[in-house]
Amino acid sequence: MAQIFHRSTNFISRLSIYGAVVIIGALGYALYAIAMSPWYTDQNVKRQQPVPFSHRHHAGELGIDCRYCHTSVEKSSFAGVPPTQTCMTCHSQIWTNASMLEPVRASYRDDKSIEWIRVNALPDFVYFDHSIHVAKGVGCTTCHGQIAEMPLTERAGTLYMSWCLECHRQPEKYVRPKSEVFNPYYEPPSAGEQLKMGKKLVAEYNIKSLQTCSTCHR
Amino acid sequence: MEYSKLRTDLIPGVFGARGNTRSARSLARGVTVACLGTVALLLFGCRLDMHVQPKYLPYEPTDFFADGRSERQPVPGTVARGQLRLDELMFTGRENGVVVDKFPFPITRADLDRGRERYNVYCTPCHDYTGTGRGMIVQRGFPQPPSYHIQRLRDAPAGHFYEVMTNGFGAMYSYAARVEPADRWRIAAYIRVLQLARNSKIDDVPESERGKLTQQSAQQPSGQSMGQSR
Repeated sequence: MAQIFHRSTNFISRLSIYGAVVIIGALGYALYAIAMSPWYTDQNVKRQQPVPFSHRHHAGELGIDCRYCHTSVEKSSFAGVPPTQTCMTCHSQIWTNASMLEPVRASYRDDKSIEWIRVNALPDFVYFDHSIHVAKGVGCTTCHGQIAEMPLTERAGTLYMSWCLECHRQPEKYVRPKSEVFNPYYEPPSAGEQLKMGKKLVAEYNIKSLQTCSTCHR
Repeated sequence: MEYSKLRTDLIPGVFGARGNTRSARSLARGVTVACLGTVALLLFGCRLDMHVQPKYLPYEPTDFFADGRSERQPVPGTVARGQLRLDELMFTGRENGVVVDKFPFPITRADLDRGRERYNVYCTPCHDYTGTGRGMIVQRGFPQPPSYHIQRLRDAPAGHFYEVMTNGFGAMYSYAARVEPADRWRIAAYIRVLQLARNSKIDDVPESERGKLTQQSAQQPSGQSMGQSR
Protein backbone atom coordinates (compact mmCIF):
# COMPACT_ATOMS: atom_id res chain seq x y z
CA MET A 1 0.00 0.00 0.00
CA ALA A 2 1.30 3.40 -0.90
CA GLN A 3 2.08 6.01 1.71
CA ILE A 4 -0.89 8.27 2.31
CA PHE A 5 1.29 11.17 3.34
CA HIS A 6 4.33 12.48 1.61
CA ARG A 7 7.41 12.86 3.82
CA SER A 8 7.11 16.62 3.66
CA THR A 9 3.89 16.53 5.67
CA ASN A 10 5.99 15.60 8.75
CA PHE A 11 7.22 19.14 8.71
CA ILE A 12 3.72 20.48 8.43
CA SER A 13 2.44 18.38 11.31
CA ARG A 14 5.34 19.53 13.49
CA LEU A 15 4.75 23.10 12.45
CA SER A 16 1.08 22.85 13.32
CA ILE A 17 1.78 21.40 16.77
CA TYR A 18 4.46 23.93 17.70
CA GLY A 19 2.61 26.68 15.88
CA ALA A 20 -0.52 25.96 17.85
CA VAL A 21 1.42 26.25 21.11
CA VAL A 22 2.93 29.54 20.03
CA ILE A 23 -0.38 30.95 18.85
CA ILE A 24 -2.27 29.90 21.96
CA GLY A 25 0.53 31.35 24.03
CA ALA A 26 0.48 34.58 22.06
CA LEU A 27 -3.29 34.79 22.36
CA GLY A 28 -3.05 34.25 26.10
CA TYR A 29 -0.41 36.91 26.38
CA ALA A 30 -2.45 39.30 24.26
CA LEU A 31 -5.51 38.76 26.46
CA TYR A 32 -3.37 39.31 29.57
CA ALA A 33 -1.82 42.45 28.11
CA ILE A 34 -5.26 43.82 27.26
CA ALA A 35 -6.63 42.95 30.70
CA MET A 36 -3.73 44.73 32.39
CA SER A 37 -3.72 47.74 30.09
CA PRO A 38 -4.98 51.15 31.25
CA TRP A 39 -7.40 50.99 28.33
CA TYR A 40 -9.21 48.18 30.14
CA THR A 41 -8.49 48.88 33.84
CA ASP A 42 -8.65 52.70 33.77
CA GLN A 43 -5.43 52.68 35.76
CA ASN A 44 -3.59 56.02 35.45
CA VAL A 45 -6.35 57.44 33.27
CA LYS A 46 -7.24 61.01 34.22
CA ARG A 47 -10.94 61.79 34.41
CA GLN A 48 -12.43 65.07 33.28
CA GLN A 49 -14.51 66.41 36.16
CA PRO A 50 -17.19 69.11 36.25
CA VAL A 51 -14.66 71.14 38.27
CA PRO A 52 -10.98 70.39 37.64
CA PHE A 53 -10.27 69.66 41.29
CA SER A 54 -6.56 69.19 41.96
CA HIS A 55 -5.38 66.96 44.78
CA ARG A 56 -1.87 68.17 43.96
CA HIS A 57 -2.87 71.70 44.89
CA HIS A 58 -5.04 70.96 47.94
CA ALA A 59 -3.41 67.91 49.51
CA GLY A 60 0.08 68.61 48.18
CA GLU A 61 0.89 72.30 47.94
CA LEU A 62 -1.51 73.47 50.65
CA GLY A 63 -0.94 70.44 52.87
CA ILE A 64 -4.61 69.98 53.75
CA ASP A 65 -5.13 66.68 55.55
CA CYS A 66 -7.09 64.00 53.62
CA ARG A 67 -9.62 63.88 56.44
CA TYR A 68 -10.49 67.57 56.11
CA CYS A 69 -12.70 66.60 53.16
CA HIS A 70 -12.93 62.81 53.41
CA THR A 71 -14.38 62.99 56.89
CA SER A 72 -15.87 59.53 57.19
CA VAL A 73 -12.76 57.59 56.17
CA GLU A 74 -12.01 56.60 59.79
CA LYS A 75 -15.48 55.50 60.78
CA SER A 76 -17.24 54.26 57.67
CA SER A 77 -16.73 51.95 54.73
CA PHE A 78 -17.01 55.00 52.49
CA ALA A 79 -14.34 57.68 52.73
CA GLY A 80 -16.87 60.34 51.82
CA VAL A 81 -17.00 62.84 48.99
CA PRO A 82 -17.20 66.27 50.61
CA PRO A 83 -20.46 68.20 50.44
CA THR A 84 -20.28 71.52 48.58
CA GLN A 85 -20.27 73.25 51.97
CA THR A 86 -16.73 71.93 52.52
CA CYS A 87 -15.53 73.51 49.26
CA MET A 88 -17.26 76.75 50.14
CA THR A 89 -15.60 76.87 53.58
CA CYS A 90 -12.61 78.37 51.80
CA HIS A 91 -14.02 79.31 48.41
CA SER A 92 -16.63 81.65 49.85
CA GLN A 93 -13.60 83.87 50.50
CA ILE A 94 -10.87 82.95 48.05
CA TRP A 95 -11.02 82.52 44.28
CA THR A 96 -14.56 83.84 44.49
CA ASN A 97 -14.44 85.15 40.92
CA ALA A 98 -12.85 82.11 39.32
CA SER A 99 -15.09 80.89 36.50
CA MET A 100 -13.61 77.42 37.04
CA LEU A 101 -15.42 77.34 40.38
CA GLU A 102 -18.81 78.47 39.09
CA PRO A 103 -20.27 74.91 39.28
CA VAL A 104 -19.32 74.86 42.99
CA ARG A 105 -21.01 78.16 43.68
CA ALA A 106 -24.04 77.14 41.62
CA SER A 107 -24.28 73.91 43.57
CA TYR A 108 -24.24 75.79 46.88
CA ARG A 109 -26.67 78.43 45.64
CA ASP A 110 -29.23 76.08 44.12
CA ASP A 111 -28.74 73.07 46.43
CA LYS A 112 -27.86 70.85 43.48
CA SER A 113 -25.26 68.08 43.72
CA ILE A 114 -22.02 68.42 41.80
CA GLU A 115 -21.89 65.30 39.66
CA TRP A 116 -18.30 64.15 40.11
CA ILE A 117 -17.08 61.37 37.88
CA ARG A 118 -16.22 58.33 39.92
CA VAL A 119 -12.53 57.38 39.70
CA ASN A 120 -12.23 54.32 41.91
CA ALA A 121 -15.21 51.99 41.76
CA LEU A 122 -15.51 48.37 42.75
CA PRO A 123 -18.07 45.91 41.39
CA ASP A 124 -21.15 45.65 43.62
CA PHE A 125 -20.21 42.14 44.74
CA VAL A 126 -17.10 43.42 46.50
CA TYR A 127 -17.31 44.72 50.05
CA PHE A 128 -14.60 47.20 50.94
CA ASP A 129 -14.25 49.20 54.14
CA HIS A 130 -11.94 52.21 54.36
CA SER A 131 -12.14 52.54 58.14
CA ILE A 132 -10.53 49.21 58.99
CA HIS A 133 -7.71 49.75 56.50
CA VAL A 134 -6.67 53.16 57.82
CA ALA A 135 -7.09 51.90 61.39
CA LYS A 136 -4.60 49.10 60.73
CA GLY A 137 -1.85 51.17 59.17
CA VAL A 138 -2.67 51.02 55.47
CA GLY A 139 -1.82 54.46 54.12
CA CYS A 140 -3.98 56.40 51.67
CA THR A 141 -1.19 56.41 49.09
CA THR A 142 -0.72 52.65 49.34
CA CYS A 143 -3.88 52.21 47.25
CA HIS A 144 -4.47 55.71 45.87
CA GLY A 145 -0.93 56.30 44.65
CA GLN A 146 0.88 59.64 44.65
CA ILE A 147 -2.33 61.56 45.16
CA ALA A 148 -0.46 64.71 46.17
CA GLU A 149 1.08 64.77 42.70
CA MET A 150 -2.18 64.41 40.75
CA PRO A 151 -3.58 67.56 39.13
CA LEU A 152 -6.57 65.49 38.05
CA THR A 153 -7.33 62.37 40.02
CA GLU A 154 -6.61 59.02 38.48
CA ARG A 155 -6.96 55.42 39.55
CA ALA A 156 -3.62 54.22 40.85
CA GLY A 157 -4.23 50.48 40.93
CA THR A 158 -5.94 47.97 38.68
CA LEU A 159 -8.50 47.24 41.45
CA TYR A 160 -8.28 43.58 40.43
CA MET A 161 -8.71 40.92 43.07
CA SER A 162 -5.08 39.94 42.58
CA TRP A 163 -4.15 43.53 43.40
CA CYS A 164 -6.06 43.37 46.70
CA LEU A 165 -4.60 39.97 47.49
CA GLU A 166 -1.02 41.17 47.04
CA CYS A 167 -1.42 43.01 50.31
CA HIS A 168 -3.85 40.62 51.99
CA ARG A 169 -1.34 37.81 51.54
CA GLN A 170 1.66 39.80 52.73
CA PRO A 171 0.50 42.84 54.69
CA GLU A 172 3.99 43.25 56.16
CA LYS A 173 5.16 44.44 52.74
CA TYR A 174 2.81 47.43 52.72
CA VAL A 175 1.85 48.37 56.29
CA ARG A 176 3.17 51.63 57.73
CA PRO A 177 3.11 53.25 61.18
CA LYS A 178 -0.36 54.58 62.07
CA SER A 179 1.03 58.11 62.45
CA GLU A 180 1.96 58.08 58.72
CA VAL A 181 -1.32 56.78 57.30
CA PHE A 182 -2.53 60.19 56.13
CA ASN A 183 0.88 61.51 55.10
CA PRO A 184 0.77 61.75 51.29
CA TYR A 185 4.57 62.07 51.12
CA TYR A 186 5.35 58.97 53.16
CA GLU A 187 8.16 56.95 51.65
CA PRO A 188 8.48 53.36 52.79
CA PRO A 189 11.93 52.25 53.91
CA SER A 190 14.04 49.92 51.78
CA ALA A 191 12.54 46.48 51.10
CA GLY A 192 14.48 44.75 53.86
CA GLU A 193 13.73 47.43 56.45
CA GLN A 194 10.07 47.48 55.40
CA LEU A 195 9.80 43.73 55.96
CA LYS A 196 11.38 44.04 59.40
CA MET A 197 9.18 46.98 60.41
CA GLY A 198 6.15 45.42 58.69
CA LYS A 199 6.39 42.18 60.66
CA LYS A 200 6.60 44.17 63.88
CA LEU A 201 3.59 46.34 62.95
CA VAL A 202 1.54 43.33 61.80
CA ALA A 203 1.98 41.84 65.27
CA GLU A 204 1.47 45.17 67.05
CA TYR A 205 -1.68 46.16 65.15
CA ASN A 206 -2.98 42.59 65.16
CA ILE A 207 -3.29 42.56 61.38
CA LYS A 208 -4.80 39.36 60.06
CA SER A 209 -3.96 38.12 56.60
CA LEU A 210 -7.63 37.71 55.66
CA GLN A 211 -8.03 35.68 52.51
CA THR A 212 -11.33 33.88 52.91
CA CYS A 213 -13.86 34.59 50.15
CA SER A 214 -16.39 36.05 52.54
CA THR A 215 -14.00 38.73 53.75
CA CYS A 216 -14.79 40.75 50.65
CA HIS A 217 -17.61 38.82 48.96
CA ARG A 218 -20.34 38.95 51.54
CA MET B 1 -13.94 21.09 1.48
CA GLU B 2 -15.95 22.98 3.98
CA TYR B 3 -13.54 22.23 6.82
CA SER B 4 -10.48 23.01 4.83
CA LYS B 5 -11.93 26.41 4.11
CA LEU B 6 -12.81 26.94 7.73
CA ARG B 7 -9.46 25.96 9.13
CA THR B 8 -7.45 28.15 6.79
CA ASP B 9 -9.72 31.05 7.57
CA LEU B 10 -9.24 30.55 11.25
CA ILE B 11 -5.51 30.28 11.51
CA PRO B 12 -3.90 31.01 8.19
CA GLY B 13 -0.63 29.39 7.32
CA VAL B 14 -0.55 26.75 10.02
CA PHE B 15 -3.16 24.26 9.06
CA GLY B 16 -2.52 24.57 5.37
CA ALA B 17 -1.96 20.83 4.93
CA ARG B 18 -2.16 19.52 1.41
CA GLY B 19 -5.31 17.53 0.73
CA ASN B 20 -8.47 17.29 2.71
CA THR B 21 -7.50 14.38 4.97
CA ARG B 22 -9.34 12.81 7.86
CA SER B 23 -6.83 13.83 10.56
CA ALA B 24 -6.72 17.38 9.37
CA ARG B 25 -10.50 17.40 9.32
CA SER B 26 -10.82 16.22 12.94
CA LEU B 27 -8.16 18.68 14.06
CA ALA B 28 -10.05 21.51 12.39
CA ARG B 29 -13.24 20.30 14.03
CA GLY B 30 -11.52 20.34 17.42
CA VAL B 31 -10.31 23.85 16.83
CA THR B 32 -13.81 24.94 15.84
CA VAL B 33 -15.30 23.47 19.00
CA ALA B 34 -12.60 25.08 21.13
CA CYS B 35 -13.19 28.46 19.51
CA LEU B 36 -16.96 28.27 19.89
CA GLY B 37 -16.50 27.21 23.51
CA THR B 38 -14.22 30.16 24.18
CA VAL B 39 -16.66 32.55 22.55
CA ALA B 40 -19.49 31.09 24.64
CA LEU B 41 -17.42 31.49 27.83
CA LEU B 42 -16.56 35.06 26.93
CA LEU B 43 -20.22 35.83 26.30
CA PHE B 44 -21.22 34.41 29.69
CA GLY B 45 -18.44 36.49 31.21
CA CYS B 46 -20.11 39.60 29.83
CA ARG B 47 -23.11 39.39 32.10
CA LEU B 48 -22.91 42.33 34.51
CA ASP B 49 -25.92 41.80 36.73
CA MET B 50 -23.73 41.04 39.75
CA HIS B 51 -21.38 43.91 38.99
CA VAL B 52 -24.22 46.39 38.90
CA GLN B 53 -26.76 45.26 41.45
CA PRO B 54 -30.16 46.90 41.93
CA LYS B 55 -29.10 48.83 45.03
CA TYR B 56 -27.77 52.28 45.75
CA LEU B 57 -24.24 52.78 46.99
CA PRO B 58 -23.38 56.05 48.76
CA TYR B 59 -24.04 59.11 46.56
CA GLU B 60 -25.18 57.01 43.62
CA PRO B 61 -27.48 59.08 41.39
CA THR B 62 -31.05 58.01 40.68
CA ASP B 63 -33.76 58.86 38.17
CA PHE B 64 -36.45 58.17 40.72
CA PHE B 65 -36.32 61.48 42.56
CA ALA B 66 -36.49 64.84 40.84
CA ASP B 67 -33.23 66.10 42.36
CA GLY B 68 -31.37 62.99 41.20
CA ARG B 69 -30.20 62.03 44.69
CA SER B 70 -30.65 58.53 46.01
CA GLU B 71 -29.81 59.76 49.51
CA ARG B 72 -32.76 61.55 51.02
CA GLN B 73 -32.86 64.24 53.66
CA PRO B 74 -34.67 63.07 56.77
CA VAL B 75 -37.96 64.81 57.51
CA PRO B 76 -37.25 68.02 59.49
CA GLY B 77 -37.30 67.29 63.19
CA THR B 78 -36.29 63.65 62.79
CA VAL B 79 -34.33 62.31 65.74
CA ALA B 80 -32.17 59.32 64.92
CA ARG B 81 -32.11 56.54 67.47
CA GLY B 82 -29.66 57.39 70.24
CA GLN B 83 -29.27 60.97 69.05
CA LEU B 84 -31.78 62.85 71.14
CA ARG B 85 -29.59 65.77 72.16
CA LEU B 86 -30.86 66.57 75.63
CA ASP B 87 -27.48 67.39 77.20
CA GLU B 88 -27.43 71.14 76.74
CA LEU B 89 -23.77 71.60 77.71
CA MET B 90 -22.55 68.77 75.48
CA PHE B 91 -24.40 69.90 72.37
CA THR B 92 -24.57 73.70 72.70
CA GLY B 93 -21.73 74.71 75.03
CA ARG B 94 -24.26 76.48 77.21
CA GLU B 95 -25.98 75.97 80.53
CA ASN B 96 -29.38 77.59 80.95
CA GLY B 97 -28.65 79.58 77.82
CA VAL B 98 -25.35 80.98 79.05
CA VAL B 99 -21.99 80.02 77.50
CA VAL B 100 -19.98 78.37 80.24
CA ASP B 101 -16.32 77.66 80.89
CA LYS B 102 -16.51 73.94 81.55
CA PHE B 103 -16.27 70.69 79.70
CA PRO B 104 -19.10 68.15 79.60
CA PHE B 105 -16.69 65.30 80.38
CA PRO B 106 -13.36 65.08 82.21
CA ILE B 107 -10.47 65.78 79.83
CA THR B 108 -7.79 63.10 79.93
CA ARG B 109 -4.43 62.86 78.21
CA ALA B 110 -6.07 60.69 75.53
CA ASP B 111 -8.67 63.42 74.91
CA LEU B 112 -5.91 66.00 74.48
CA ASP B 113 -4.07 63.78 72.01
CA ARG B 114 -7.26 63.28 70.06
CA GLY B 115 -7.93 67.01 70.28
CA ARG B 116 -4.52 67.79 68.85
CA GLU B 117 -5.02 65.33 66.02
CA ARG B 118 -8.44 66.79 65.12
CA TYR B 119 -7.14 70.33 65.51
CA ASN B 120 -4.26 69.59 63.14
CA VAL B 121 -6.68 68.16 60.56
CA TYR B 122 -9.53 70.67 60.64
CA CYS B 123 -8.22 73.91 62.15
CA THR B 124 -4.60 74.32 61.04
CA PRO B 125 -5.41 75.33 57.43
CA CYS B 126 -6.40 78.73 58.86
CA HIS B 127 -5.43 78.83 62.54
CA ASP B 128 -2.01 77.19 61.97
CA TYR B 129 -0.27 74.70 64.25
CA THR B 130 0.27 77.14 67.09
CA GLY B 131 -3.03 79.00 66.91
CA THR B 132 -1.79 82.41 65.76
CA GLY B 133 -4.12 82.44 62.75
CA ARG B 134 -1.50 82.38 60.00
CA GLY B 135 -2.35 79.06 58.38
CA MET B 136 -1.72 78.15 54.77
CA ILE B 137 -5.20 79.21 53.58
CA VAL B 138 -4.80 82.58 55.30
CA GLN B 139 -1.47 82.96 53.50
CA ARG B 140 -3.41 82.35 50.29
CA GLY B 141 -5.89 85.15 50.94
CA PHE B 142 -8.47 83.96 53.46
CA PRO B 143 -9.33 86.66 56.04
CA GLN B 144 -7.06 86.19 59.04
CA PRO B 145 -8.79 84.87 62.14
CA PRO B 146 -7.78 86.31 65.51
CA SER B 147 -4.95 84.60 67.34
CA TYR B 148 -5.99 82.36 70.24
CA HIS B 149 -3.43 84.18 72.32
CA ILE B 150 -5.14 87.55 72.48
CA GLN B 151 -6.61 88.45 75.86
CA ARG B 152 -10.24 88.24 74.67
CA LEU B 153 -9.86 84.62 73.59
CA ARG B 154 -7.74 83.65 76.57
CA ASP B 155 -10.60 84.85 78.73
CA ALA B 156 -13.29 83.26 76.54
CA PRO B 157 -15.11 80.31 78.11
CA ALA B 158 -14.51 76.84 76.64
CA GLY B 159 -18.13 76.77 75.53
CA HIS B 160 -17.38 79.71 73.21
CA PHE B 161 -14.94 77.63 71.15
CA TYR B 162 -17.43 74.81 71.02
CA GLU B 163 -20.11 77.18 69.83
CA VAL B 164 -17.92 78.68 67.11
CA MET B 165 -17.01 75.23 65.79
CA THR B 166 -20.67 74.20 65.85
CA ASN B 167 -22.27 77.26 64.29
CA GLY B 168 -19.42 79.02 62.55
CA PHE B 169 -18.31 82.59 63.23
CA GLY B 170 -17.65 85.47 60.85
CA ALA B 171 -16.04 84.05 57.71
CA MET B 172 -15.67 80.64 59.36
CA TYR B 173 -18.26 78.06 58.31
CA SER B 174 -19.78 75.55 60.67
CA TYR B 175 -17.72 72.43 61.29
CA ALA B 176 -20.63 70.53 62.79
CA ALA B 177 -20.83 68.21 59.80
CA ARG B 178 -17.12 67.44 59.90
CA VAL B 179 -16.27 67.22 63.60
CA GLU B 180 -18.36 65.27 66.08
CA PRO B 181 -19.53 67.02 69.28
CA ALA B 182 -17.15 65.17 71.60
CA ASP B 183 -14.24 65.93 69.27
CA ARG B 184 -15.22 69.60 69.22
CA TRP B 185 -14.81 69.64 72.99
CA ARG B 186 -11.45 67.89 72.69
CA ILE B 187 -10.34 70.54 70.18
CA ALA B 188 -11.50 73.24 72.60
CA ALA B 189 -9.38 71.55 75.28
CA TYR B 190 -6.39 71.50 72.93
CA ILE B 191 -6.84 75.21 72.20
CA ARG B 192 -6.47 75.67 75.96
CA VAL B 193 -3.23 73.67 75.72
CA LEU B 194 -1.96 75.96 72.96
CA GLN B 195 -2.85 79.02 75.02
CA LEU B 196 -1.13 77.58 78.05
CA ALA B 197 1.99 76.60 76.13
CA ARG B 198 2.25 80.02 74.49
CA ASN B 199 2.27 81.84 77.80
CA SER B 200 4.28 79.52 80.00
CA LYS B 201 7.84 79.95 81.13
CA ILE B 202 10.46 77.29 81.43
CA ASP B 203 9.92 77.40 85.21
CA ASP B 204 6.36 76.13 84.71
CA VAL B 205 7.72 72.88 83.29
CA PRO B 206 8.60 70.24 85.88
CA GLU B 207 12.38 69.91 86.03
CA SER B 208 12.28 66.25 85.09
CA GLU B 209 10.54 67.10 81.79
CA ARG B 210 12.70 70.05 80.69
CA GLY B 211 15.27 67.92 78.92
CA LYS B 212 12.49 66.41 76.81
CA LEU B 213 11.33 69.86 75.74
CA THR B 214 14.64 70.99 74.30
CA GLN B 215 15.06 67.59 72.71
CA GLN B 216 11.68 67.85 70.99
CA SER B 217 12.22 71.32 69.60
CA ALA B 218 15.49 70.09 68.09
CA GLN B 219 13.81 67.36 66.06
CA GLN B 220 10.41 68.03 64.59
CA PRO B 221 7.97 65.18 64.90
CA SER B 222 7.26 63.70 61.48
CA GLY B 223 3.69 63.52 60.23
CA GLN B 224 2.43 66.30 62.44
CA SER B 225 4.67 68.86 60.81
CA MET B 226 4.05 67.58 57.32
CA GLY B 227 1.91 70.52 56.24
CA GLN B 228 4.29 73.06 57.71
CA SER B 229 7.56 71.73 56.44
CA ARG B 230 6.58 72.21 52.83
